[in-house]
Amino acid sequence: MSHASGAHAVHAAPTGFIWKYIFSLDHKVIGIQYYLLALTAVWTGMILSLYMRLRLAWPSAELPLMGGIMTPEQYIAMVTMHGTIMVFFVLTTAPMGGFGNYILPIQIGALDMAFPLLNMLSFWVTFVAFIVMLSAFFVTGGAPTSGWTGYPPLSAVGEVAGPGLGLGQTLWIVSIALFCVGALLGALNFITTTLDLRTKGMTLMRMPLTVWSWFITSILGLLAFGVLLAAGVLLLMDRVAGTSFFIPGGLVISEQIISHKGGSPLLWQHLFWFFGHPEVYIAILPGMGAVSHILSTFARKPVFGYKAMVLAMSSIGAVGFMVWGHHMFISGMSPYTAIAFSVLTLSIGIPSAIKTFNWLGTLIGGKIRLHTPMLYSLGFVSLFVTGGLSGIFLGQPSLDLYLHDTYFVVAHFHMVMGVAAIFGIFAASHFWFPKMFGRMMSEPLGKIHFWVTFIGVYAIFMPMHYMGIAGHPRRYAETSGVEYLGALQPLHVIITIAVIVVIAVQFVFLFNFIWSLFRGEKASINPWESTTLEWTVPSPPPHDNFGGKLPVVYHGPYEYSVPGASADFIMQTSTEKVPDHH
Amino acid sequence: MSTFEAERSTASVWDGGVSPFSIPSKKLGMWLFIISDALTFSGLLIAYSYLRVASDDWPLPFHFYPSIVVSSIMTFALLSSSLTMVFAVASAQKGRTSAAIGWLWATIACGMAFLLLHANEWLNLIHEGLRPFENPWGTPIFGATFFTITGLHMLHVTIGVVLLAVISIGHKSGRYTADHVEISGLYWHFVDLVWMFVFPLIYLMSVPLE
Repeated sequence: MSHASGAHAVHAAPTGFIWKYIFSLDHKVIGIQYYLLALTAVWTGMILSLYMRLRLAWPSAELPLMGGIMTPEQYIAMVTMHGTIMVFFVLTTAPMGGFGNYILPIQIGALDMAFPLLNMLSFWVTFVAFIVMLSAFFVTGGAPTSGWTGYPPLSAVGEVAGPGLGLGQTLWIVSIALFCVGALLGALNFITTTLDLRTKGMTLMRMPLTVWSWFITSILGLLAFGVLLAAGVLLLMDRVAGTSFFIPGGLVISEQIISHKGGSPLLWQHLFWFFGHPEVYIAILPGMGAVSHILSTFARKPVFGYKAMVLAMSSIGAVGFMVWGHHMFISGMSPYTAIAFSVLTLSIGIPSAIKTFNWLGTLIGGKIRLHTPMLYSLGFVSLFVTGGLSGIFLGQPSLDLYLHDTYFVVAHFHMVMGVAAIFGIFAASHFWFPKMFGRMMSEPLGKIHFWVTFIGVYAIFMPMHYMGIAGHPRRYAETSGVEYLGALQPLHVIITIAVIVVIAVQFVFLFNFIWSLFRGEKASINPWESTTLEWTVPSPPPHDNFGGKLPVVYHGPYEYSVPGASADFIMQTSTEKVPDHH
Repeated sequence: MSTFEAERSTASVWDGGVSPFSIPSKKLGMWLFIISDALTFSGLLIAYSYLRVASDDWPLPFHFYPSIVVSSIMTFALLSSSLTMVFAVASAQKGRTSAAIGWLWATIACGMAFLLLHANEWLNLIHEGLRPFENPWGTPIFGATFFTITGLHMLHVTIGVVLLAVISIGHKSGRYTADHVEISGLYWHFVDLVWMFVFPLIYLMSVPLE
């Protein structure tokens, strides 16, 4: 039985607005839908962070929509919703659901994803999850206050524990469970597509590193979200069916004795972080893939150590499942267990360093073109190194005992999985915008946006390292009354000013995005002189991507500056003979 | 062209243009779903074991009769259904449609028997005072884990019964091929396999040993 091209999902181009743009089965439309969902989510999350920063810098200021001065409960609700929205609906959604959906099938020469209907369902389940999450703001008691990690007993005992822990928390966990379902369906679809729908000649080792990163990310998602779903079901049972999976006996909350007994809050931490640690790689790996791809394109050089890159990403993914305990060093863990988790955690530094040095190796001696996507990719490398180095501190139990739950942790994960991943998204946005929308984004605006954002995020997060070392705990709305933290207040003001500047410059990105959609310079088929399959089709590509004729691949994805070749790049579909050069 | 043709001579199934596992994408998709669903059940069973080990008053309420006898009959029904499912797939692949449909309905019947016996079991236990949040015998976690894990498994069996009915009707009309029968069989065997973990962990380990 042959499944050659018969395995390709073929469906007719839809007609009518609803089937074309709302319930579309086309991976390109679904990709844009995911991207716009993430764009909405990132602005929501960003406004929440602005509120938090204003509260921290000027504790007595009255903020709009807060009904006066923001209460500590409102502040921690902002922390929770900022974290949840950013991690799930931005960092997981944009790189995978957005760019993965749009670009992966084209880059491997497929007409669509393997399961177009499932793809559409994944998006709409994710969309409903987002609406449910937002609705937590508007119910009695407001948004939940248990942090994006939803630690019980706080998240499990109900509204007796405070505002936001009633219906708001229930909506939160329902949203997370829905998101898990959407993410699982998506992961299953991506893996099948990558394995089954590669066109002729697209061997595994000819796949662009972007495809590798989406593929590995999908495997992580398939294995991780199933466990979060289990944990979510148990937490939901605790909240609505009266069970006590995560609630120990004898708790006294708000001067009431809780009738629950027999459960273990630590169980949630194990289940959550078994998902949670792979999740940070789910956020960053697609960025690594896109950055490797873009660095090579704009340095006009093959990626240094392609195989090493693939192996490094795979081992980061594999070891990522064995390090969840490093989030729990202060949870009463045996020191021997902690050492095991610590050694495994630090060993992730090896593939991470391989990747970093390979990125630098790709750049050395290149004919570098400093276009906006390249700037963002260089920014990504910088942020990844900065954030990664502080991870080496936190991965050691003895240091983590002190640094845990301080601003040092906030600085670390924002640098490495927050801002670095966002820079990956920015790089990808500028790089693929011409393909997705047929027009170029403005280079001058992109550069202004890059430099202010790049310097701005360092201004925001570098001081947080010092605050953490000085012992400043996170998740506190204000520190007045704590004598040793009083001296740090000016740093809060400086950080907040940097935040205001960085948020202001995001309007430049938004303006650039919208203006370029309509007024940008028309994009050619291959404006960046790149080699992969998406640059062989019109911008934007037709409904079936390749106009009815599947491409055949003859080359690896990074044939730049090949000696003796007719141009400084060789398309993957080119039949030009290449001397064996590496 | 020559570069490509030279490579083709040493081509592997991983070189693109074919499905490397020589199975339809739908079947691969089902395998991947089974992997993720197995992780979900693993999470629940690990939670169960964790809580049980941490508890000092875990009840052992399942006496030989009726609980173990009935749950053994349930296990037998589910195991038999896997056998009939194998016959259904084999018949479908040989093109013997009516035999395949017969075996599918035998599978559905076994699944229904399992569900009815299980529902009866739940009702008995509820009658004896078992709730997700309390029970007369020991830690309330017992009921919580019992209802959550067996409930999720029952949900899977129910979905399986509906799926098999849909596939059976579709197979008769020619809408669903032998591949579809096989794919639904993968799901059915998986649900059966999950029970092979649930049965000893939840039932057999909660038998009082005098």
